[in-house]
Amino acid sequence: MTRPRALVISAPGTNRDNDVAYALSLAGAEPVRTPLHVLVRRPQRLLDAQMVVFAGGFSHADSLGAGALAGLEVERSLSEELRAFVASGRPVLGICNGFQILVRSGLLPGSLVHNSDGRFVCRWVTLEPVADTHCVWTKGIEDPIDCPVAHGEGRYVARAEVIRAHAVFRYADGTNPNGSMLDTAGITDATGMVLGLMPHPENHVVDRQHPRWHRGEHRNLARRLFDAGVAHVKAAG
Amino acid sequence: MASTGEQWRLEIKSLDSDAHARRLAERARMLLGPVASNVRSITATALYFVAEPLGEAGRKLLGDAVVDPATQQGTWVVADDGSDGRFDTRPYVEVSLRPGVTDPVGDAFSRAASLIGLRGLTARSGTRYCFDADVDRHMMELVAGALLHNDIIDEVSFDSQVRARFIGPSTNDVVEIVAVRELSEEELAALSRARGLALDPAELVAVREFFVAIGRDPTDAEIETIAQTWSEHCSHKTFRARITWADGTEVEPLLRQLRRSTDEIAAPWVRSAFVDNAGIIAFDESFDIAVKVETHNHPSAVEPFGGANTGVGGVIRDVLGVAADPIAVTDILCFGPMDTPIDALPIGVLHPRRVRDGVVAGIADYGNKMGIPTVAGAVAHQEGFTSNPLVFAGCIGLRPAELVLSGQEPGDRIVVLGGATGRDGIRGATFSSATMDATTGDVAGASVQIGDPITERLVADVLADARDLGLFTAITDCGAGGFSSAIGELAASLGADVELGAAPRKYPGLAPWEVWLSEAQERMVLAVRPGNLDALSKICREHGVSMADLGSFRDDGQLVVCCDGRVIVDLPGEFLHEGRPTRELVAERAEPPPSTGPRDASQILDNAGPLMLSVLSHADVRSNEDIVRGFDHEILGATVGRPYLGSEDDGPANAAVIAPLQAVSGRGLAIGIGMNCRTGVIDARRMAEAAVDEAIRNVVAVGADPAQISLLDNFSWGDPRRPEMLGHLVDAVAGCCHSANAFGAPFVSGKDSLNNEYVAVDGTRRSIPPTLVITAIGIVPDAERIVTSDAKGPENALVLVGTTHSELRGSVLDAVLGIDGGGNVPGGDADSPARMRTIHQAIVDGLVQSAHDVSDGGLAVAVAEMAMGGRLGVCVNLGTEALPRGGAVDALFSESSGRMLLEVVPEHAAELCARTGGAVIGYFTDEARIVWRVDDRIIIDVGLDESLHAWRGHVDSRNVQP
Repeated sequence: MTRPRALVISAPGTNRDNDVAYALSLAGAEPVRTPLHVLVRRPQRLLDAQMVVFAGGFSHADSLGAGALAGLEVERSLSEELRAFVASGRPVLGICNGFQILVRSGLLPGSLVHNSDGRFVCRWVTLEPVADTHCVWTKGIEDPIDCPVAHGEGRYVARAEVIRAHAVFRYADGTNPNGSMLDTAGITDATGMVLGLMPHPENHVVDRQHPRWHRGEHRNLARRLFDAGVAHVKAAG
Repeated sequence: MASTGEQWRLEIKSLDSDAHARRLAERARMLLGPVASNVRSITATALYFVAEPLGEAGRKLLGDAVVDPATQQGTWVVADDGSDGRFDTRPYVEVSLRPGVTDPVGDAFSRAASLIGLRGLTARSGTRYCFDADVDRHMMELVAGALLHNDIIDEVSFDSQVRARFIGPSTNDVVEIVAVRELSEEELAALSRARGLALDPAELVAVREFFVAIGRDPTDAEIETIAQTWSEHCSHKTFRARITWADGTEVEPLLRQLRRSTDEIAAPWVRSAFVDNAGIIAFDESFDIAVKVETHNHPSAVEPFGGANTGVGGVIRDVLGVAADPIAVTDILCFGPMDTPIDALPIGVLHPRRVRDGVVAGIADYGNKMGIPTVAGAVAHQEGFTSNPLVFAGCIGLRPAELVLSGQEPGDRIVVLGGATGRDGIRGATFSSATMDATTGDVAGASVQIGDPITERLVADVLADARDLGLFTAITDCGAGGFSSAIGELAASLGADVELGAAPRKYPGLAPWEVWLSEAQERMVLAVRPGNLDALSKICREHGVSMADLGSFRDDGQLVVCCDGRVIVDLPGEFLHEGRPTRELVAERAEPPPSTGPRDASQILDNAGPLMLSVLSHADVRSNEDIVRGFDHEILGATVGRPYLGSEDDGPANAAVIAPLQAVSGRGLAIGIGMNCRTGVIDARRMAEAAVDEAIRNVVAVGADPAQISLLDNFSWGDPRRPEMLGHLVDAVAGCCHSANAFGAPFVSGKDSLNNEYVAVDGTRRSIPPTLVITAIGIVPDAERIVTSDAKGPENALVLVGTTHSELRGSVLDAVLGIDGGGNVPGGDADSPARMRTIHQAIVDGLVQSAHDVSDGGLAVAVAEMAMGGRLGVCVNLGTEALPRGGAVDALFSESSGRMLLEVVPEHAAELCARTGGAVIGYFTDEARIVWRVDDRIIIDVGLDESLHAWRGHVDSRNVQP
């Protein structure tokens, strides 16, 4: 397998699909943009895909709550197929609104609610990887990752034992932008195949994207996350 | 049909609403002051109304689908139209959108229902706000009026349930004939007022004569079409007018001056200037840049969220309208003072805080949801903006350099893509071209609308695909005037046969003229060869975008519009587009207002430290990071020059830099803004020169090449029929052209918004100050080597390039002191173009560590901003040759143009000074203090933290005025 096929799922209002596709290309995957309504009608498109990414944005304008409508659509029409996809060892990633969709559809535990200060926020944060998790997306990532957040409903809420068992990334000290419990930025599922995170690793895949690049700071590239996902499917495949 | 039986509603309450409730209450207290001190929390509950009766099972199913039980509680209630208090005994107010106003939330609810099999359900949304028990009805009404609802779009109900009204299938196919042939000039003027036509007397006579000549009276659709086409908004009649000075000297028409300036510069990189929806300039071998800045002032005054929201959506469509992919949004905002007492507001005017919050939220909503980064902006405050705020929204796009649209031909189909047509935004062009008064909010209700960025994003995706496949020959957006101006412009020379019956409608019951004029958002009009219709339709289906074929282009110039077979418009394009009589206007030079006496230099210097802090905390200088963090400026991964940057990501940027990931050239494009609304009434020509200079310095400071800069002009002005107002405008245009020629930087696009005046109930007229926004677009040769304003290293030298004159009039210093100390306002600087070239070369050669332009607040502010951005101290000596001796006040606070501060490592300082003509005025230090001295005498010694505190907008006892 040279370039694994990665479905980039969008609903009306998804808007970081291009950014995700760019990141996946750099990591060596072949991104295939796939509207959710098309995938719902033709779930067999999952059969020849090696990975799935739910991209960020404002699906259906977040009208009934962030990711609520698209999450409902996934839950009603696609959850069995996605669970089979994951069970066969193929990874799923949800970023920002994609994370919200995975949570609302029940593929990941917990809830994402309004930021504690009630405001949308766009700023860079540092993510500390949680050591020794079973998540395939973070395999080999031991150093922090820098990337931006851009969300209004990103406060992760769940029972503490859920977070202890499933947290993959924590906001570094003092950078928690939304009041997430235990500074949780990213969560995996029981299989380790599914990752949801609020920050946007797809916006730090080349050095010059770092906000302090002009001060000589170019570090903590977030591309490694996509590299790890691609490495996993290549090894499996 | 509006249901008369029981109406069900689902109430969804967040289980974790306290923070939101407190924040809402805090905003209410901020708006209303101490009288609202008992407003401690305002808890919002989402309401969803359904038009169709649902069985209990259906309601349960739907409730389970949309309510997240972990965080929300949902309850179905049958509305009883009376007060209930069954679930909450606290005082409350309910708000829901008026019928016909776009309701995306209600639509989403319908969609959720269809996902679980309840198809065809109609839903509307609303909100209930609960107050604490001790809040009385009067206070609730005050808070609701100030913060929670807007009569323009909302229905409101106190302590009783609001009942959603659904638009029923009424029919309204009336085509009215407007008898104009027999009308006297007075009667014509009355007709113009009654229908909100905003036409001049001479124009009304021309209309009458035309219909006399063709022997019939116009239909309602025709008279409205003419009014839209001839509006200031669409036809720029002032910029095309014949203008004479009061002494009889003739002025070259303003638009012609600007075009001539661009023609004379003859820049090879300009692809299209002043012709299309947006200016087009070269970026690199593969891409061109499209750029446009628009205003949406009047809509934002009456409904700040919707006005700003659709302003952004509209300017993005301008860029889509030249077949470019939008990649960045800018916003420049002018508000009244935030501390305006609420009882000092003219009747019908919203408080500046309310306007600001709504405008900022509206901009964020559109850009963030559509997925276009909002990267640059400015905020200014003046009393004159209280009743007439200004919202400038800009958009930059990228399109393939080889793109050629062949243009519409007879037989091409006229295709509309995107949103459906509704009764929203009727008569926007004429509304924006008239002055406002206390009743404007009532009569203009229909001209305000809520945008739908999600649909626009889908339309943009369709257009990108269709463009790359060559599926359309011409394109324009549906903006002011709706179909009438979009199709009218495309068909100006060819003519067209239009059948409106095919246009998708949001609801039945629209009169034909309303369909033709509606400014419903998110629609684009394309010219498509008949053979390409199927391919286009397939792309639209994939993206879920609706498409309708409205007719075809003719070859005889006649515009013929039918609605279900009836002709509602039958006009020659020649009359519509050439038949408007040229406006004739007189300009006069007004005496500048008298100064209040000279400044007290010694008192100012004795208080220089506190004054510097006051200037830093002034509303036009202070950090706007709290606003900017609400905008997504990271999406698309191309924003390498962010609005706030530095060691802590919070220093000010000179200009935004976009490095599109798809551009292999490695180039970046820089977006800089120049504006000063304090100096225009004193000397509009110098104001314009300074604005051009500032915008250009901003892009040069980040690394753009001054040899390839393009400019945009946006004039927001008072009524140009007042001679002194027009005098300012004539002077400002002259200044623009002069500076553009001096820099060799052509104007490629512009827009004017005139008539920004408000007539109060007592007849007093309030005009905005003459406001010119200059946007500069520059090319950064290597986007990996942008320069920023934050200081990089202690011991580095600080070099000032340029000359400081005594130009304190209209300065922030005067604003802080509350005086007009007289003297000159800053103007252009003849040496600035050459200086920018040497600075750019020094940047290219790697000599410059950081760069910052000097503008509002003068050197005192610019130096402090560099230090704060890098969290370093700085020590400046005023005793150097570079600064005016004996003029320490000027050195600190004068706002002379043409100046730039550069940071350089000590060993390169001499070379940098030699090359740029600059001089070392100080050094950065690792002591966190900002120190200014005249030789041995320290005149400012302020801690960096104090400085940051002030710059973040905190005014306290530490920075009192002398």
